[in-house]
Amino acid sequence: MESRDILLSVEDLIISFNLRQGTLTAVNRVSFDLAKGERLGLVGESGAGKSVTGFGILNLVSKPGHISSGSIRFEGRDLARLSEEEMRHIRGNRISMIFQDPMMTLNPVLTIGTQMVETLLAHKKISRRDATEIALDRIKKVSISSPEKRLNQYPHEFSGGMRQRIVIAIALLTSPALIVADEPTTALDVTIQADILELLLSLCESERMGLILITHDLAVVSQVTERIAVMYAGTIVETGKTEQIIENPQHPYTRGLLAALPQNIPPGGRLKQIPGVMPSPSRVPRGCPFNTRCSLCEEVCRNLQPPLEPKEAGCLAACHLLN
Amino acid sequence: MEETALISIQNLVKHFDISGGWLDQIKFANGKFERQKTIVHAVNSVSFDIRQGETVSVVGESGCGKSTLARTVMRLYPPDGGQVLYRGQRIDNLSSSDMKAYRTRMQMVFQDPYASLNPRMSVRQILEEPIWFLRGDLSKDGIQELVAEIMLQVGVDPDWRDRYPHEFSGGQRQRISIARALAVDPEFIVADEPIAALDVSIQAQILNLMMDLQQKRGLTYMFISHDLSVVKHISKRVAVMYLGTLCELAKTSTVFESPRHPYTQALLSAIPRLGQRGFRYEKLKGDVPTPIKLPSGCVFHGRCRYADARCVNEIPKLQPVDERTMAACHAVEEGRI
Repeated sequence: MESRDILLSVEDLIISFNLRQGTLTAVNRVSFDLAKGERLGLVGESGAGKSVTGFGILNLVSKPGHISSGSIRFEGRDLARLSEEEMRHIRGNRISMIFQDPMMTLNPVLTIGTQMVETLLAHKKISRRDATEIALDRIKKVSISSPEKRLNQYPHEFSGGMRQRIVIAIALLTSPALIVADEPTTALDVTIQADILELLLSLCESERMGLILITHDLAVVSQVTERIAVMYAGTIVETGKTEQIIENPQHPYTRGLLAALPQNIPPGGRLKQIPGVMPSPSRVPRGCPFNTRCSLCEEVCRNLQPPLEPKEAGCLAACHLLN
Repeated sequence: MEETALISIQNLVKHFDISGGWLDQIKFANGKFERQKTIVHAVNSVSFDIRQGETVSVVGESGCGKSTLARTVMRLYPPDGGQVLYRGQRIDNLSSSDMKAYRTRMQMVFQDPYASLNPRMSVRQILEEPIWFLRGDLSKDGIQELVAEIMLQVGVDPDWRDRYPHEFSGGQRQRISIARALAVDPEFIVADEPIAALDVSIQAQILNLMMDLQQKRGLTYMFISHDLSVVKHISKRVAVMYLGTLCELAKTSTVFESPRHPYTQALLSAIPRLGQRGFRYEKLKGDVPTPIKLPSGCVFHGRCRYADARCVNEIPKLQPVDERTMAACHAVEEGRI
């Protein structure tokens, strides 16, 4: 890979949950990096570990989960080793997070203005008046009309799409270097989804912010991101340039996932399906995690977990059968 | 339409009164207290036919009334106006006991397989109940045989009949939910977002199952969805709804290739496309208005760039605009679009 100005570098991240029944590994040796201003899509089905990875970057995995090993290097520090106090200065300041449901993220009993100003005052030594100025500026940036009036309103006075715009405005307050967006448009309608994604894309470009977009929707990822990492059962199975993976997927799982989409089959035709379901973290098979559903599975796949390594096509993939 | 329709929906209206108790209804307006009702106009005079053996999809954004329409057609809600005909027979005014005869012919599959299966009933109980209730002619052995046969058809191992819903994955549960609908051997199935809660690889499994069953049993589907790529794949005709009103109805290929109504055009342009970089779509101004206070005239006029005085005042009727498409739009009718 060409030398890039690396912003975030995740290496061998393992996140596990200590339960009474034993230890569940939700994220298993995940490694990827992100250049300054780069947009990465983390895709996979529910339970693949993509959200946990996103939470892990912000050290937000709640008990009984914890980062059991690996490093998350960001702006010269390892986030996995920081204390809660140090982490608070990074979270919502240098790295912001956008969640799926804007109604759950906004405090219903505080006005938008209060929530924005409080966030700023927590991170920056500025006056209340300056903080209000910044808040107004960010509200304008997310194309909300009459910002002065909107600052004094409560979340319930906004529609779903508007609320997600507010959440983005809050994420932008401290001019972060990285935004982690976990299914930011899943709860929204397509017409509003397009508005929000376009906004997010143009802001990332104009502010030179890095973006990690976590989603199950391959089409969304292909429109917004430059690189993709496909996750399956807690591991990254394939990663590379977005166009390359969409047009020429290598790993059998990625191929199956793309083939299962109706747009790739003539109307009324039989859809290609991947048999079975993704194993839960407690039942991940030995060897390649995909071996129970893979039509190409061989002896070596049942015994040895394939490493994520460069393949001929130019991507990284974790599969024994690819060269 | 000359072909006999299996289901004929005529000017169907469904309103919900959400005004609450009389104290909640008192409003202070123009210097005096008044009692006002708050009515949600969920479905407003919707008409279309569903022919035997076809799949008609109803698409639209959340809150457009597509699920309410589905439930009203199924008589889960009594309509507030209009008619629903089943093979020419009115069914919207039948008593519950008269309706029982039609329950074996029309069944429903719901969106969330985690909510629509009773967690305290085993799969066997879930599947036997509708048969006991609606098909009294079968013996105990006959019912057991039927349950096993249906489980096989939907791809759930009959040996698992004594398990409970929580022991199954989402896709398996949706299979059971489809099996429950099939248990009484219906000819018409209303599927309300049957795959919205499932992962992509599982969606393909369920869609394939639904298409197979349609072929084997000659089923007719009314398919409710917001996922337009899925709709494009499985349906013969598409009905587009906006704010309780039907704005366009045509064959699937026609709708996707040459949408006529401005709302359909905007909706289709906003679908995320695989492999397309960035965004090229028609932006709609503003938000969807509330169905409590419907806009006058065309419900879409506030967001439509073609709207003029006529659109503000006069409600457009759904009518043929060319040989292939029915649309409810003054601008299309006048040839302005």
